Amino acid sequence: MAAKTIISRPIYGALSAQPGKHHLFIADAEGALAIVDMAKTAPPGFFDGAEIVFIPGPDGKHVAALEALKPAKVHAAPSFASLLPRLKQTLTNAHMGLRLYLSGTEGLIGQAMQVALEAGIDHTSMQTEHRGSLARRMQCVHCKGITENVTTQPATCSHCGLLLLVRDHYSRRLAAFQGVCINAEDRSEIPPVEEAFP
Amino acid sequence: MGITFRKETFRDDFTFKNSPEHIRRFPFPFHEDSYMYAVNIEPHVVGPKGSVLENLIDVDEHYVAEMQDRALVLAEDPLRCQSLPHMTLAGWDLLELLMEQQALGYPEHFTLERNGDRWRWINRPLGIDDTFTFGDTSTLPYGPMEYITRQSQGDFCILDQRDGNLWMDAGMVTTQADWSLDFDIGMNFFEWHAPVPLAHEKGIFVRALKFLTNIQQGKPARRLNWTMTINPRLDTSPENYHKWGPDRATVTPENVGDKVHLRVELQSFWRLPRSNGIVFPIRCYLIKMDELVTQPKWARRLHRVIRDLPEELATYKGLTRYRPTLVEWLSKLDDGSATSPGFGPD
Repeated sequence: MAAKTIISRPIYGALSAQPGKHHLFIADAEGALAIVDMAKTAPPGFFDGAEIVFIPGPDGKHVAALEALKPAKVHAAPSFASLLPRLKQTLTNAHMGLRLYLSGTEGLIGQAMQVALEAGIDHTSMQTEHRGSLARRMQCVHCKGITENVTTQPATCSHCGLLLLVRDHYSRRLAAFQGVCINAEDRSEIPPVEEAFP
Repeated sequence: MGITFRKETFRDDFTFKNSPEHIRRFPFPFHEDSYMYAVNIEPHVVGPKGSVLENLIDVDEHYVAEMQDRALVLAEDPLRCQSLPHMTLAGWDLLELLMEQQALGYPEHFTLERNGDRWRWINRPLGIDDTFTFGDTSTLPYGPMEYITRQSQGDFCILDQRDGNLWMDAGMVTTQADWSLDFDIGMNFFEWHAPVPLAHEKGIFVRALKFLTNIQQGKPARRLNWTMTINPRLDTSPENYHKWGPDRATVTPENVGDKVHLRVELQSFWRLPRSNGIVFPIRCYLIKMDELVTQPKWARRLHRVIRDLPEELATYKGLTRYRPTLVEWLSKLDDGSATSPGFGPD
């Protein structure tokens, strides 16, 4: 159902330890495992200058695994929204040379990148690794509302209720995929809804 | 002798029409009987008198009505005009370019008087006479880009050049063929073109970017692009797709000539002197089939182009639903005889 991948669709890599003294990790859920995996090849003392901010999700897993890496700080947050003020403050005051590592769901990576971009950090300098759910953050092009955790294709806009084709076209500025009305030309056409982004 | 500006609409009752002279000057985009993407960029130099290239910034009989339609779009959706914070200087560059070009081409309608940084701009068709300080945004009722593009036909994208790429960092986009400035603002050249089929694989965008990043001041370039629109609607934005999309299901053999419009974009590319940005005006021309087929060569050629268009392109351009009806209608105007080379009518 979804179009084959296109150039604006983000491509994620695998986290790798970058040179530098200050490292900020932002992760959610299974994104913690990307950090744990990266730690296996990180140089000794790497985590001495590392801060990990982590959104564990409802099952509360992986906090202990991150603490076992002995970073300078592990901060657990209940949601991205709750993390936002702290993150803005950290990035605004960050020293030149801070390294940023984002891992977990696309929604987490995208929103953390959005805050970092606003703080003037170039997106190509950030390390990213996708882990866990493929759920998408989608902006409705019609009403501009953002729907979080979209797993189906098509998907209903949680604001205006239109049935939207979830495109691969992605905006870093909005941290969202574009949703466009799928049956605009004939509203009586109701395509089947499939679980596309589990 | 000045232009007689038509009173017409691009929505609701759709009274838009081209006069016979404007049909003849329509920028028909096909120089042969088939179409495929190419890097069809050429120097933007003045063309024949009576053509849309007579002046490098074209003002035509639809000017006043188009500016009224733009004001309506902006009142509904201010996000159609956006400028990232570092783009204000480029906005002044654009204001200068459009005032100079419109005053040069149409002195009976526009006058620009400069006394150092004190400028006076007179726009007679819209009844504007403003004096302001160039470079001082507080002396204009809008930011410089918005001010001048509320008075200039066509959409305008201002591209910032850095890191060997072009970034869509400002624009006034109210007459677009189904793309969203609000979504694409801040993207680089490859990213905002990402949804276009086939052209990436052909290396079109790599070559086009190389060309565009080398554009020099005073040497603008241009290309034509095209699609089709049902009803003479300027605002075919994705934002409003759920409102205009149903039009595509209304085409019948009886109303093809009146409803189906060829939509041609004259895109030009200009280096801006102070900001080193590039401004990319996208000027939209509409012509209904009934008007277009008054030129037999165009009727024959358009029939062959639409009939033979690759499926991906037809889908991307949104023609799928009415293409068979349109091709059938055009086929009756195609006797199979040869078409002369070049774009113009016979």
